[in-house]
Amino acid sequence: MNKLMTAAQVVAQLQDGMTVGIGGWAARRKPMALVREILRSPLRDLTVVSYGGPDVGLLAASGKLRKLVYGFVTLDVLPLDTHFRNARQAGAFDVMEIDEGMLQLGLRAAAMGVPFLPTRVGLGTDILKHSPGLRTVRSPYDDGETFVAMPALKLDAALLHVSEADERGNSVIMSPDPFFDELMGRAAASVYISCERLVPTAQVCSRERARYQPFERSVVTGVVEIPLGAHPTAGVPGYGIDVEHLKEYAAATSPELWQSYRARYIDLDSHQAYVEAAGGQARINAIAPPVF
Amino acid sequence: MSDTTPDRYTLSELCVVACAEVWRGAGEVLATGIGVIPRIAAGLARLTFNPDLMMTDGEAYLLAEPVALGPRTVPPVVEGWMPYSRTFDLLWSGRRHALVGPVQVDRYAQMNISIVGDYARPKAAILGVRGFPGNSISHPNSMFVPNHSPRVFVAGEVDMVCSAGFNPARWPDGKIPAGIRIGRVITDLGVFDFDGPRHAAQIRSLHPGVTRQQVVEATGFPLLGVESPPVTPGPTAGQLALIRERLDPRGMRSATFKEDRVIGTVAGTV
Repeated sequence: MNKLMTAAQVVAQLQDGMTVGIGGWAARRKPMALVREILRSPLRDLTVVSYGGPDVGLLAASGKLRKLVYGFVTLDVLPLDTHFRNARQAGAFDVMEIDEGMLQLGLRAAAMGVPFLPTRVGLGTDILKHSPGLRTVRSPYDDGETFVAMPALKLDAALLHVSEADERGNSVIMSPDPFFDELMGRAAASVYISCERLVPTAQVCSRERARYQPFERSVVTGVVEIPLGAHPTAGVPGYGIDVEHLKEYAAATSPELWQSYRARYIDLDSHQAYVEAAGGQARINAIAPPVF
Repeated sequence: MSDTTPDRYTLSELCVVACAEVWRGAGEVLATGIGVIPRIAAGLARLTFNPDLMMTDGEAYLLAEPVALGPRTVPPVVEGWMPYSRTFDLLWSGRRHALVGPVQVDRYAQMNISIVGDYARPKAAILGVRGFPGNSISHPNSMFVPNHSPRVFVAGEVDMVCSAGFNPARWPDGKIPAGIRIGRVITDLGVFDFDGPRHAAQIRSLHPGVTRQQVVEATGFPLLGVESPPVTPGPTAGQLALIRERLDPRGMRSATFKEDRVIGTVAGTV
């Protein structure tokens, strides 16, 4: 069994109008090389589900979003993502803005194959007002309590970035927090993982490391080896958040600066060319893990 | 730069001490402080009157002892793992008290960090609701607002209700769930709570030199509380030493305010 693909082959599997989950959290362990591949493709009208970071800002700035399902968009070290803000303020895409925990429950419901999961989260807020598709449900038990029925967030595809994987789709996430990548994977019809290193099966997942495996290999559709594939977000262990790069990205809001950012970092022939443009492997590997 | 004369304290140091009070008697809960002063405050509470508090490194680990803000010279002692998935499990159980920084607050203690202006085409898109809806209905929350003004403490309801609060119109039969709990609101002017009749906002104390008239004018909704509120207690010499030497030796707290002025002297040293 061999699930190896290229980034371009992954994106070729995606179609206009699909719902795509993007793993990681804010400026941490985002599958950025796969996102840049989307930016270079003709894909459009995507519904993106994300614990949002520069993945969302880049897709928004490139006009790829039809709808965003999110609880936040932030660059961690820089609290606000200028590209997300500008597009959101212009009403450039539809939004389903929900609590971070509701997002988790939506993914979990999809993973469980149930239409919704009940929660108190969202009651008393404006979430239901702005997402009129959300409904409430009454407990069938004696308590009779009313809950938000958080609907399943079924994904057509999930894009995730992991530490190591083998060609069969076994993988490990060695960074401090696996976030909700497991649920994204289980909520998705197709799951594509990029990895820092492709390694033999015997190395990816020993007895000791098995607890770092987000899901069994049958969840995974395709594997792409992309060292530094989370840059400019953190790929700990290995490299931290590239604050300098994110500042350049965040400042590129005028059409001219955005075009020049695109030319310099997006519209390139290869991931290797991106790494060189971003200062080279040695520079990126020297970026210390973030301190929060 | 802080004035670190031993017997005098600044506004930021007063706010740290006032913020720490939100965790007094909170028991063995996760103390989450968002921002510089709330984080120092959680550490101060942990090191003094509430040794049972749990705190994280802001990423994925529980730390046995509070760490100084800024770059870490020595790796802190880890006492547990607290990735986001576990954080939600914990917070839904109620065993947490968060001290957060809302962009807008209204008379019902509803908070906003999502957008300002019209929802479809906001004047300012900020973060998104984040975990505010779940936090507000699951565990107690307090607020730290460094710029007390009618733009923060708004006259009507906040533009996007992220945190559920005490507006009876938003609850079936006007019955506000017991899960909605607001601790204190600490600002650059004073300390407030929502413990008045029908959860009305009220003044608990005013910082040295601040008048009642001043906060009334800076607040878009009515404030109850006694006519002459007490002065917010300043730090003790011991608290001041912990803030300056242990929790924030680089003086990061001062940058919270345009001018972190000296506003008092430690009791007993005047």
